[in-house]
Order: sequence, then C-alpha cells, then structure tokens
Amino acid sequence: MTTGLDEALLRSLTPNVLGILVRRGADFASAEDAVQEALIEAVRVWPDDRPNDPKGWLVTVAWRKFLGMARSDAARRRREDLVDDEPAPGPAPAVDDTLQLYFLCAHPSLTPSSAVALTLRAVGGLTTRQIAQAYLVPEATMAQRISRAKRTVSGVRFDQAGDVATVLRVLYLVFNEGYSGDVDLAAEAIRLTRRLFASIDHPEVAGLLALMLLHHARRAARTAADGELVPLAEQDRGAWDTRLIAEGVEILQAALARDRLGEFQAQAAIAALHADAPTAAETDWVQIVEWYDELARLTGSPVVRLNRAVAVGEADGPRAGLAALAELDDSLPRYAAVAAYLHERDGDVETAARLYREAADKASDQAERAHLTRQAARLRK
Amino acid sequence: MPKYLLLKHYRGAPAAVNDIPMEQWAPEEVTAHMDYMRDFATRLVETGEFVAEQALTPEGTFVRYDGEGKPPVTDGPFAETKDLIAGFLIIDVASYERALELAGELSAAPGAGGKPIHEWLELRPLQSEQLLDPK
Repeated sequence: MTTGLDEALLRSLTPNVLGILVRRGADFASAEDAVQEALIEAVRVWPDDRPNDPKGWLVTVAWRKFLGMARSDAARRRREDLVDDEPAPGPAPAVDDTLQLYFLCAHPSLTPSSAVALTLRAVGGLTTRQIAQAYLVPEATMAQRISRAKRTVSGVRFDQAGDVATVLRVLYLVFNEGYSGDVDLAAEAIRLTRRLFASIDHPEVAGLLALMLLHHARRAARTAADGELVPLAEQDRGAWDTRLIAEGVEILQAALARDRLGEFQAQAAIAALHADAPTAAETDWVQIVEWYDELARLTGSPVVRLNRAVAVGEADGPRAGLAALAELDDSLPRYAAVAAYLHERDGDVETAARLYREAADKASDQAERAHLTRQAARLRK
Repeated sequence: MPKYLLLKHYRGAPAAVNDIPMEQWAPEEVTAHMDYMRDFATRLVETGEFVAEQALTPEGTFVRYDGEGKPPVTDGPFAETKDLIAGFLIIDVASYERALELAGELSAAPGAGGKPIHEWLELRPLQSEQLLDPK
C-alpha cells in the first residue's frame, strides 16, 4: 500500500491531471476513466518506485491509458486522430482546471446523488469502491451511477462557468453525510471546499467553508464513546477544536465584511455564536434569533423557522418559542421534537413526554431516534 | 438519496387483482415472471438505484431466549394466519415518488395468463445509518 501521504497527494492531484487531459482533447468521460486507472497504477507502483515528479508521472500514465482506450475502440475515429499528434509529455501547465471540474460535476442536469458521486470521483479522486462503501450501495450500482452521470454531462462544454450555488449544495450534501466505510466524507467535503475557496473569490464559498469548519470543530464532543448523540447544550466545550473555530470565524468575518450575505454565511454566523459561548448558558440567543430572521428571509425555509422557534424559546422564554412554533405546519420533520423540548422547558412534562415519543417514531435517523426515546423515558420517571 | 425496502408477501398483504397462485400458472408464465423480475433488478443496477434483493423460503420458525444456560426455544411451523414475507428489495432513489414508481413497476410483474399480478407490495423507508450527526 502507499502511505497516507501518497494517497493524499494522489487525490489532490486528481483534478489537475484530469483537467490537463481534457485540455489536450480527451473527452471528459474517457479522461476520467483514464485518470482512475492511472491512480490505481500509482497505488501499485509508487511504493517501490516513487517518481520525482508525481504530477508529471500521473499525466503521462493517464494519457497513455487514454490512448490505449482510444486505440482499442477503433470505431471512435476522432480519438484515433489524436493518437497521431500526441503532445510531448513535458511539464504540466500551471493552469488550474479544478474550478471547471466542480461546475461540470455539479451540473444542474444531474440528480443530487449523481452529482455527489461524480464530484467525489472526478474532483476528490476517490475510487468507485470507496464511494460505494461510503453510501452503502453495491460497487456495481455506484459504477453505473457514475457512468450515467458522465453520459449526462457529456455534451456540456468544459470551458463554461457554471453556477457556484449548485456546487455548494453538492459539497454541503457530502459534508452532511458524516462518515461511514473507510472514507470520512465530512473531512473530504472540507478538503474539496477549501480547494474551491482557493480557486474562486465568492463570499458564499467562504460562508460554506466557515460553516463546515465550525461544525467540524464540535465533532469530537457531539457523540459519546458509545455512539450516543450529545446535544449542544450538554457538550464538553473543552473538547471543541479551537484551532478550527478560530479559522472558521476568521474566514466568516472576512466574508461578512463584504456585505453580500447569503444563506451559508448566515448559517455560519449562527454556528460562530454557539462556538463563541464559554458555556451553554452564556449563548447570545438574541443575536442568534436575528440571524435566523436573516436566514428565513434568504431561504424562506420552514425548517429554518422551526430552528428559529427553538432560538426564540431560549431568548424570550418557552412560551414565546411555542407561539413561534404555532405559526408553523406541524407536519414538518422534527416539529414534534421541538414542541417536546419547549413544553418541557415550560414545565408541562406530560405533554413533553408524549411529544418526545411521537418525535422518536418519526425520526429518520437511528441515533436521533434513540436520543428522543431516551428523552421520553427520562420524563416518564 | 433515501433508501427504501420493498417487501413481497406470501400472505398477509391484501389480495392481488390477478390472484391465481403460481403453482397454477403455465410453465411459460412462470418463466415470463422470473424474466421480468431479473430484468427489473438488472435495470435498477443500470440506473444506479439497486442496493440488495433476496427471496425467502416460506418455511421458518419463531425463536426466543429461554434463560441462562438453556437452549433457545423454537415455535414452528408458522400458523396459517401469520403474515409471511416472500422476499425483499432495497433501493436507493432520489425521492419517495421514484420509490412509488418502481414499486408500481414491480407490482406489474406478469402472472397467470401473462397479465400483471397487481400485487400489493409493502414500501418502507430505511432509517439512515449515519454515524455522526453533523449538526
């Protein structure tokens, strides 16, 4: 096996190498396959014979793989022609095509799950097997999902700028998946968002990166050793990663100073206010409510208004929170959980216990369901 | 990207429209049914939506713990009234609507006379297995 360092290097080089192949005239789908094969060969060869110029090595090998595919597919004349004018494998150009890859892999014609899979492979340099394990589907299913996605974007021009908002949604989806299998998707989402942040000057990219860093900083404190969820108010704040918090806050402040607010900056601002409180009791709920107002204005999302009701309950008391909740549709996910919490704070233990049980029945996540069931059990004592 | 479980029943589901049991079908009707089911699964792999499938035999037994140092107790065969699962299929799809669409297609598998069975299938969302809550 290669060392962890080599794997990180390989994966960081993936989008550059892919971009170079596409600029040399390879179609995206074949180039992407060729780069995957080159990565697999690097994992096999590098431990015994590590190249001095890893990127040049990858470009050379990937290009050779691409030509091999073109030769073996004689029906595709256009690619055959490329064989005749093979460019000299000199030093790789410094142009960073990474940004174009982000746009292509998050193209609006793709379903969210396809965009996620394609981004993780073409930009992230993960193997199909790793992505399949992370999303708990068979490798054959994931391979088909990726090749369909590539067919879907095959007509998209590689040199057109896309919509940053769709890229951010894809990265946020990856981040929210947490981790399963041997891939830490949250860390991978942060890596990919950092890279995007370095490629494009956009306050919402900064906002998303800050949001991820601020959430990630709390990761160790968020689950107990036995896997149980630990609510924010009960977390050991000493276990929060202060370095990540400081970085997230700095990135956020620079973004906010530009006065082009967006939903990710607003979400990051809320996360920063939580991170800033030395104890749960010292949380600045009044400011958090103000940010939720901004967020509700920006998104119109009922889920945001549900979270706002919790913040109102903390800032102005449970009665005010329940009043804010009463304006919302009670079929919203987590509505019962929020209602239970506010009723308990208001002293109505019986209603709270009933609502916690109801919320547990509706929870779509196992850890959350267990947490809500324990809340109901605690109140029945 | 939610996952769903589709359950087929030997018994326990409401009666299908074309409710003639398989042992009374013509051999080519059985073959046509099996082909349809296999093609359905193959297509799901191609669309990137297949997770798992498994057929189950009708026989089985209840089992439970019977206390320290004792072997587990069994209770079988199953009573005629027991809800009986025939098999399951797990899919990973973009939406609930897509899950319904696929269940509809599966329920249209041909039975007696080559006509769709219109079998009732049970559709159940899987609980997610996320190890860490990102919030």
